[in-house]
Amino acid sequence: MRTVNTYIGSPVERIEDQRFLTGTGEYVGDMSREGMWHAVFLRSPVGHGRILKIDASAALALEGVRAVLTGDDMGEDVPTIPFRRPNPTIGPFAQPIIGRGKVRYFGEPIAVVLADSQEIAEDALGLIDVEYEQLPAVLDRETCFADKVLLFEAQKSNVTSVFNAQKGSADEAFAKADVVVKDRFYTQRQTATPMETRGLLAEWDEKNRRLRVSGAAKLPFFNRKTMADMMKLPEEAVDYIEVDVGGGFGARGEFYPEDFLCAFAARKFNKPIKWVEDRREHFTAIGHSRECEAQVELALSKDGTILGMRGDLYVNIGAYVRPNGMTPVRNAAQFMTGPYRVPNIDLKAHAFVSNKTPAGTYRGPGRYEGCFFMERLMEMAADALQMDRVALRRKNLLTNTEMPYPLATVLPSDGRAETNCDSGDYRETFDRCLKEFHWDEKAKLDGQQVDGRYHGIAIASFIEGGASGPSEACKLELEADGSVTLYIGSSSIGQGVETVMLQITADALELPMDRLRIYHGSTDLLKEGWGSYGSRATVMGGSAIMMAAEKMLDRFREEAAKRLNVDPSSLTIAEGVARHADGRSVPLAEVASAKIVTEAKYTSWTPTYTYGAGAVHVAVDADTGHVQVLEYLVVDDVGRIINPLTLHGQVMGAAVQGFGSVFSEELAYDDQGTLLVGSLADYLLPLATDYPHIHCISTDNYPTPNHPIGAKGAGEGGIIPIGGVVANAVSSALKSFGVAPNILPLSPNRIWDLVQAAKRKA
Amino acid sequence: MKLPTFDYHAPTSLAEAVALLAASEGSARPIAGGQSLMPVMAFRLAQPSALVDLRHVPGLDSIEVLAKEVKIGAMVRWRMIEESRELARVVPVLAAAMEHVAHYQIRNRGTVGGSLAHADPAAEFPALAVACDAVIDVVGSKGARAIKAADLFTGALETCLADDEIITAVRVPVWPKRRRWGFQEFARRRGDFAIAGIVAFYDLDQQGLITQAHIGVFGATDIPRRLPNAEAALNGQEPSEALFETVGDVASGEVNPQSDIHASRDYRRSLVGTLTKRALAQAAK
Amino acid sequence: MTVSFDVNGRKVTVDPAARTTLADCLRHDVGMTGTHVGCEHGVCGACTVIVNGEAVRSCLMLAVQADGAKITTIEGIGAGEELSPLQLAFKKHHGLQCGFCTPGMLTTLHALLSQEPDADEERIRDVLSGNICRCTGYIPIIEAAMEAREAYRAKAGES
Repeated sequence: MRTVNTYIGSPVERIEDQRFLTGTGEYVGDMSREGMWHAVFLRSPVGHGRILKIDASAALALEGVRAVLTGDDMGEDVPTIPFRRPNPTIGPFAQPIIGRGKVRYFGEPIAVVLADSQEIAEDALGLIDVEYEQLPAVLDRETCFADKVLLFEAQKSNVTSVFNAQKGSADEAFAKADVVVKDRFYTQRQTATPMETRGLLAEWDEKNRRLRVSGAAKLPFFNRKTMADMMKLPEEAVDYIEVDVGGGFGARGEFYPEDFLCAFAARKFNKPIKWVEDRREHFTAIGHSRECEAQVELALSKDGTILGMRGDLYVNIGAYVRPNGMTPVRNAAQFMTGPYRVPNIDLKAHAFVSNKTPAGTYRGPGRYEGCFFMERLMEMAADALQMDRVALRRKNLLTNTEMPYPLATVLPSDGRAETNCDSGDYRETFDRCLKEFHWDEKAKLDGQQVDGRYHGIAIASFIEGGASGPSEACKLELEADGSVTLYIGSSSIGQGVETVMLQITADALELPMDRLRIYHGSTDLLKEGWGSYGSRATVMGGSAIMMAAEKMLDRFREEAAKRLNVDPSSLTIAEGVARHADGRSVPLAEVASAKIVTEAKYTSWTPTYTYGAGAVHVAVDADTGHVQVLEYLVVDDVGRIINPLTLHGQVMGAAVQGFGSVFSEELAYDDQGTLLVGSLADYLLPLATDYPHIHCISTDNYPTPNHPIGAKGAGEGGIIPIGGVVANAVSSALKSFGVAPNILPLSPNRIWDLVQAAKRKA
Repeated sequence: MKLPTFDYHAPTSLAEAVALLAASEGSARPIAGGQSLMPVMAFRLAQPSALVDLRHVPGLDSIEVLAKEVKIGAMVRWRMIEESRELARVVPVLAAAMEHVAHYQIRNRGTVGGSLAHADPAAEFPALAVACDAVIDVVGSKGARAIKAADLFTGALETCLADDEIITAVRVPVWPKRRRWGFQEFARRRGDFAIAGIVAFYDLDQQGLITQAHIGVFGATDIPRRLPNAEAALNGQEPSEALFETVGDVASGEVNPQSDIHASRDYRRSLVGTLTKRALAQAAK
Repeated sequence: MTVSFDVNGRKVTVDPAARTTLADCLRHDVGMTGTHVGCEHGVCGACTVIVNGEAVRSCLMLAVQADGAKITTIEGIGAGEELSPLQLAFKKHHGLQCGFCTPGMLTTLHALLSQEPDADEERIRDVLSGNICRCTGYIPIIEAAMEAREAYRAKAGES
């Protein structure tokens, strides 16, 4: 790559911003087609039950209602949604695209109303007469493992799979341990909550038998294949078109039942079908995540060396296994030990179904949960050893000389059983975090009461996975005016893909950014591609661009050499001009007639591991249970920074999401399986007034050796350590009471309960 | 979440508005700022046959400060209360509490009459009206009447208003100059409905003893109401931290809150005590 | 019902149903989709528009109630493609990612700073507590707003 380049590493303002700031972006809800019908979904009002009757005649009689589809319209077998990652035992637990006969969660779609307007379709919902026989609901680990009520009668158990994360011999390590700490921990059910709800526009071209789905995100190519298979169409007959997307965070863009149902209706009636999810149904329909219970223990020698970890994780994955429903489960098991040197590991992660919305991923899947469990154990270990908690962590953090460092192997394999931390000195970011946080100064306040509130501090370390495989593809096309167009499979979910990809392209081609254009995320642009998930776009897409750019420069050199009648190797290229030592030159536009098009596919299954540390200072009002975050600092090393502005935005945004996770966001159910959250007034997202004091520092001292670009997947650093660090700060603040905040969220009510319980004990 | 169908009327007089409501036999609803009614309709928890919009009805949108009372028109928006210097002078707690009422945009539209008629037990203004001994003026097809704020609320989201009655104003007694007051609210986030809230005020007699103690609670009870035992424990006493602590405990014992996803009964009850104590300490400053 | 109002200086006459919210009317009847709808129950703030100088939630207002009003939407904050100082500050400070909450952020701040160009950080945060952003963590938005105040002060000085 060019040495004089200026884009990579610069805080380039985003090219996306212009349209978003002027209101000229196009999100799926903004789209309209002549004669289109609007879809709305009738959803189960019971958590677990049998459908005895569906009578849509009154709804069909309403003027403007065009059709009502139910499971009976789907043919003999209701199709199920396939999985993204292989697993030997989850097959029977796949989600049918519509509930027929039996419903297994509150909000499961059971009918689709198609009407001339969304208003009329919603009017019709109330006219559909459905009778249910309500069944007892399975909602938590206790009722699940009792196996008295089964979600899937044909299966003998509610457990879909058990992952085993293993390394060394944990039992031997525990046998010789000086100190063992153990407890039970719990992270609550949440969801990503992008500000734009989901939606899509499905169009069927009867003449050419083609399907076009607008509103794609995250995985357009995989979802196209899924859709084609389910619709029994060739893959090339389906286009997934990306439009602007109002946030993803892991949840948006997986293949959901509504995707198929809209496409099915578009073909059946040969009408454009538009669906825009409303906020109430969003909470019942989009993937939930994070509900995980841990019973784990950590073994140490008396000098504070970690010897081993073992225990069980129980992940409540909801009613069905969705396409990536196993990701948080296997991740929690593999990444729980995080940045620490843990030579012996034996963790079992049990995934079980329940009568709740099926789960998927949410930013830092499994990692946030695992980090919370691990950091609580570390804090307990420091107490038990009477060792300084900073010293204990420092002692066990990995250093660069140990790289690559193997994490636990997870079986059954989903293709990624083994993985290694790639590069970096984990103590370095930890020390930097301590220093910038002014730890020693703040430590004087730890546990002290100031103006009626208890102050506490804590620090935690983390690793973040990135660069998820398998591949990404792109194409560069030289245009007649000497500009270059990039087509890339990476999709945008609001994270600034256009700017970052063009920065990389500009530097790789040695062209100014204003001579580049980008088209991304749609399946009609490229033969193949993947998308944006698992902190992958920059590494995978960026690496593909570098390969395609190199080919394009070679072709440019060849064409220029032909025109100058010189040897290609005698030419140097800069700013879109090929120059010979004799002073003659050829600008890129002059070789446009050669129609240079280069393509590249970058393939890798080797993840990257951004790592870092977070420190927090809190003040706890023991009478109300309110916790104020006085300061949160996160320091991470991302291998190579492409755009400090967008990176900072990702880490900062993740941090505030994390505070929502720790303090306020919770998807609660009643004992019948009714979701008690139906609005943004119940699901408490952080507001502008809540967390004003956050600082993020990103460094790029240790590029990943595994990808030519050097950058690691980043953007989850703010969120992964936050559960552990905040819980430990609260416990430190309230040490005079002796509370153990092991259950999230740390709502005011929960903190108050902890204080009351401690007072009663004392 | 589109609104259900309804007919829309924008009458230009109170009489016409009342007549429209009366003719609907309870199926129509008046709409003022719509900041409570519109969400309820979006969730289809209310499906009125018609909305009778009060925006063209004259005479409902002013704040008049009289010698003994201040009359706040039903269509007065929160923003006006927030910014009224005169109101801040005669009943300072009203303006001070406004920052807790929802958010900026809502305060630009939401009205006094709408909030009272909606009768959310966790809302600020109904509690302020009750604590301040306000009187609510209403007009219906049977004529006009004045209702004590304490009598208006009959349950969560329920009032004693007849279907064709429209709130026209709320009248609040003007405060003595040196009245001491405190307002404390605990919500999960800025602008959220209160988990618990306390409006407290009292006067000091010539001996420096508390008189005219008023303590109103919201969020922790099914209707906003005063706490007579806590008030009695204050009256005749000299203000002190110890007294406020005791009165806080009395206040806690006087409420029997409900549990919901945000707060348990015991927690809410404890908050009532804590907030009472803090409101009284704020008043004493 | 025939309704006429002024949007960003342009007079429009539309015929929405009584139940059509101002948000849906602007988006689908007027065809200005810059105003976003994130919750339809008055919590998220994405649909904020300025009606007669005041920021309001357009999902909590009926289109018929806007008859005769003067409305400013995100499309009217700058001058077409030319960005206003507030919009430029958002770009510079990376005050937006997915762009979905941005219309509400801009309209709310435009209304606030037009009326209170000296609003301090606490006031700005307090006002923005009615607008949810899931991407940025708010801090860059506050920074952008603080920077944009200067331009609003200058404008207030002119008039």
